[in-house]
Amino acid sequence: MSLDQKDVLHVAKLSALELSEQEAEEFTKDLQDILGYVERLESVDVHGVVPTSHVHGIVNDFRDDIAKNSLKLEEVAEMAPEFKGGGFRVPKVL
Amino acid sequence: MNSLCKLSAQEMRQGLLDTEFSAVELASAHLDSIKESNETLNSFITITEDKALAAAKAADTRLSSEKENSPLLCGLPLALKDMLVTKDVETTCGSKILKGFVPPYTGTAVARAEKQGMVVVGKTNMDEFGMGSSSENSAFGPVRNPWDTERIPGGSSGGSAAAVASGQAPLALGTDTGGSIRQPAAMTGIVGLKPTYGRVSRYGAVAYASSCDQVGPFARNIPDLAMLFAAIAGKDPQDATSVAEDVPDYLAEVAEKATSGLAGLKVGVPQEYLVDGLQPDVKSAFESSLGVFEKLGAEIVDVSLPHTEHALATYYIIVPAEASSNLARYDGVRYGHRTAKADTLQELYAKTRGEAFGKEVKRRIMMGSYVLSAGYYDAYYLKAQQVRTLVANDFLAAFTNHCDVIATPVSPCTAFKLGEKTSSPLEMYLADALTVPVSLAGLPALSIPCGLDTQNLPIGLQLIAPAFEESKLLSTGNAFLTEQPFELKPLTSGGQ
Repeated sequence: MSLDQKDVLHVAKLSALELSEQEAEEFTKDLQDILGYVERLESVDVHGVVPTSHVHGIVNDFRDDIAKNSLKLEEVAEMAPEFKGGGFRVPKVL
Repeated sequence: MNSLCKLSAQEMRQGLLDTEFSAVELASAHLDSIKESNETLNSFITITEDKALAAAKAADTRLSSEKENSPLLCGLPLALKDMLVTKDVETTCGSKILKGFVPPYTGTAVARAEKQGMVVVGKTNMDEFGMGSSSENSAFGPVRNPWDTERIPGGSSGGSAAAVASGQAPLALGTDTGGSIRQPAAMTGIVGLKPTYGRVSRYGAVAYASSCDQVGPFARNIPDLAMLFAAIAGKDPQDATSVAEDVPDYLAEVAEKATSGLAGLKVGVPQEYLVDGLQPDVKSAFESSLGVFEKLGAEIVDVSLPHTEHALATYYIIVPAEASSNLARYDGVRYGHRTAKADTLQELYAKTRGEAFGKEVKRRIMMGSYVLSAGYYDAYYLKAQQVRTLVANDFLAAFTNHCDVIATPVSPCTAFKLGEKTSSPLEMYLADALTVPVSLAGLPALSIPCGLDTQNLPIGLQLIAPAFEESKLLSTGNAFLTEQPFELKPLTSGGQ
């Protein structure tokens, strides 16, 4: 599977990353190299092999349903770049 | 350097109990050592002097009232990789995107160490978000190796490793996703442990690749390492992937087996790890290490891990995929950096991230988004998860049928020069070839020094055990280092 700069810009958009022209060019080459390397997996026979997403196969780890306090609003406000009226302020959405 | 900084953690403990020196004196000596050498090594991003002195004062009070009953680590200095969140202390992950971020809570591993009375001296430099093998990918500049300051200390926990190797701290915590504790330990001549996945809580360890990330200890000898590891291990309700296995008294187990040799132990050597591209003196040091095991009574057996050659490709699909998802949280809305010039929300995200993430982080996010995107998921991500199963099964078969532990080199090369591998990301990735299979399998692995190369740089030996058998690693490593001690030159010769 080959990848060109158009693909890189598409992936950058999916990743919400603004790239400079130089970065787009550089990453096209880097990702081509890396994808070229990982394509060696094509030769591995995985017929019937169960995929691993978690090594110990833990499915659920329940705790008692007890309500606990979360962070205080002031602590959250302290960390936020812009906080007003109990909410995070951002530029227009659309 | 103050001679207090050269003591082992166990000697420090004894000195504190015998009131030869106080925890405040011990903390001051290490803070001085950091100030002396940080300009050269750049191993610390933040030095927590005031907090350290306050914690040391509290430790002294506790030591004088509880004496021998005080926790083993009470009053001992500790350095923390800046990937571990600390309440009221800036936590950057080596990234511009978290510069100035002061977390409202402390993660579990750190909280457990502090509960013992440990004295945190600062937050150590690292590859941004753990992504790198040389500690050069930091927004705060590269870390330098105390053995040779023209060289890298390994990564991504390079700051923690350099701190312990240079006497800035006797103990440190790091994180290991694909080798980030083991490889810097090897390159700085100290010991480092990547615990079994689930052995140590990840709560408060900033997420990079959640199915591989583990917090683990660095030290200058195995008993010290065992003490710190015992303090941080065990189930934590805050991390659903931590496992409720009993935590043995690691230090007692190491002490018990210190003189009994290794008779009956089968040490497996996978031929797949002795590949082309292994530096010749790394190979010869590894081979003579096998002689040390034999001398101790262990038996060397050949084992085969046939999917080793596919592990690196598997890792560099799964880990970027997880990273692309985990790092979506850095959006400039709730905390961290925000761009000054965005007109819409979408622009705010893209510019904030574009401005503040370093190159390697961007590269891995893009790689992850690509392999997870529509049309490629099955070919890359699903396939990699299946190969991951095969890699893990290889280890299982070797341990079930042939051996008790597996020995390999940690890294194909010793510490390289700054800038030597930064031009080719793929070449940098190849430096992880011998540590990532263990990470995919979730097994514990220990890095211990086993010799010097022709340029007098340390070489590391990796010991791998079945899940939750860290005790076996620690006692085997301790027997090895007792038989073939290693001189930590940056410390014995008084610094760089």
